Amino acid sequence: MDYKEIIAKFADKPGGLIESYHALLKEFSYLPEEAIVEAAKVFKMSTAEAYGVATFYSMFSVKSRGKYVIRICESAPCHIAGAAEVVAAMEKELGIKMGESTADGRFTLEFTECVGQCQATPVITVNGKPYLDVNAAKIPAILAECK
Amino acid sequence: MAEEMRIVLRNYGKVDPLNIDTYLAQGGYKGLEKARSMGTADLIADVKKANLRGRGGAGFNCGMKWSFAASAQADQKYVICNADEGEPGTYKDRLIMENDPQTLIEGMAICAYAIGATKGFIYLRGEYPFLVDTLNTAIAQAKDKGLLKDFDLEVRSGAGAYVCGEETALIESIEGKRGEPRFKPPFPPNIGLWGKPTIVNNVETFANVPVIVEKGGDWYAAIGDKAYPGTKVFTLTGDVNNRTFFEVPTNLTIRQLIYDFGGGIRDGKKFKAVQIGGTSGGFIPESLLDTCIAFDSMSAIGATLGSGATFVMDETRDIVDIITRIAGFFEHESCGKCAPCREGTARVAELMEKINEGHGSAKDTTLLNKLGTVMSYSCLCGLGQAAPAPVLTTIKHFEADYAAKFK
Repeated sequence: MDYKEIIAKFADKPGGLIESYHALLKEFSYLPEEAIVEAAKVFKMSTAEAYGVATFYSMFSVKSRGKYVIRICESAPCHIAGAAEVVAAMEKELGIKMGESTADGRFTLEFTECVGQCQATPVITVNGKPYLDVNAAKIPAILAECK
Repeated sequence: MAEEMRIVLRNYGKVDPLNIDTYLAQGGYKGLEKARSMGTADLIADVKKANLRGRGGAGFNCGMKWSFAASAQADQKYVICNADEGEPGTYKDRLIMENDPQTLIEGMAICAYAIGATKGFIYLRGEYPFLVDTLNTAIAQAKDKGLLKDFDLEVRSGAGAYVCGEETALIESIEGKRGEPRFKPPFPPNIGLWGKPTIVNNVETFANVPVIVEKGGDWYAAIGDKAYPGTKVFTLTGDVNNRTFFEVPTNLTIRQLIYDFGGGIRDGKKFKAVQIGGTSGGFIPESLLDTCIAFDSMSAIGATLGSGATFVMDETRDIVDIITRIAGFFEHESCGKCAPCREGTARVAELMEKINEGHGSAKDTTLLNKLGTVMSYSCLCGLGQAAPAPVLTTIKHFEADYAAKFK
């Protein structure tokens, strides 16, 4: 869907800017500049304000990202359960560093704080879906699910 | 051996979250029915008498809060559920919404009736996208049954900002803005969402409400600790044998949480520290494990009950390294609106890294103590005020761990 159509769906919703950003993420994985400019018009605010919202929240990105955004939790319970090993294994497997995207546009690696699945740490999420008790051995299977 | 008592998790595993009939079969919506048969003044008086205190961490009397919004004059009032649980190690609200969404909806509907609100929002943290459909289905079923009458309820998603757990930041976020806390007063029960009287309560708080209304405030007030009655859901993480959740009366001790429910420390190791209430909670040493978990007794030892997250560390854990990670968390999550927090969290993180890397000295801990103390009373919201607690309590209780890292 075109970004204008996506944003228009939320035009009548009070405070709908953030909801429209979520919908844009589903389509593009990030918030393209022209979509932010359009959203500012639709929600009657300055581009600076709309950009301010886009950059405030850690799930929104104004930088192009891969189709699959992999977020590794680094909060204390995951930290002591071995998040650092998961980071190292993931970076090795994808050949990129945290914060980067693969050249084929498939994967982006990001840190996240707690995702609320602390019964089975360390935890990662792929496009919001949590994977529990993650270790280096489980990573190939998780990536294989991302077609 | 202490035992569980389930009020908010009473239907855990007993109902189908996507089928309201299973909730009704467990006696669901009897609380709302009874609430509507009472006058709003009597209803609020009963909730006040229950002495239910906010389960999100601040511990304010819920009935009292409702009374402020009820007496405010406005053409529109709002009820908001704070489902933005972002405290690391916490997943209690997810358990409630995932397994028994109707109890939350019923609690919110009772609140709406009490204060005269016709519109509600569930502000769901962005990390729980899989719950949006569950909640929307549950809301639609409750509407179809005619249970909500004129109360309209909508789910809004957060987008990964810890500070949005602060009620005024959360309100800003629903309004579609950056989630930066407002100056208080005015407080939301007077001037909240879009300037209208608004009640913001946590998921666990609302989940208590239907049972309180049904069984009466006196019944609830007699459970657990006198000053902070009822039950609390705890989620155990870290080096315990059972990394699990449970709901218990509020008069247990910290030791009971770790040993009776957690099964003690893993791999036969010894206990070193526990942090309760989330990542802004104080660190508690062995000598204070017999402290009661209730809100005020925890405050008295410089700790918190907070969200009930219970993060246990064994003797092999590097306290200074963990605190450095926590300091990084607050530096990242500070919204930047007020200088004491924006600058303070960054400097705390900088000093902790310096110490953790072996370049620090006793001068740095002295500076951390001073900086942390200033932050605790000068920051605009709870994030900055509570952020130094892990640093201050570990310098106090685990001084040797810091000294071992000095150059």
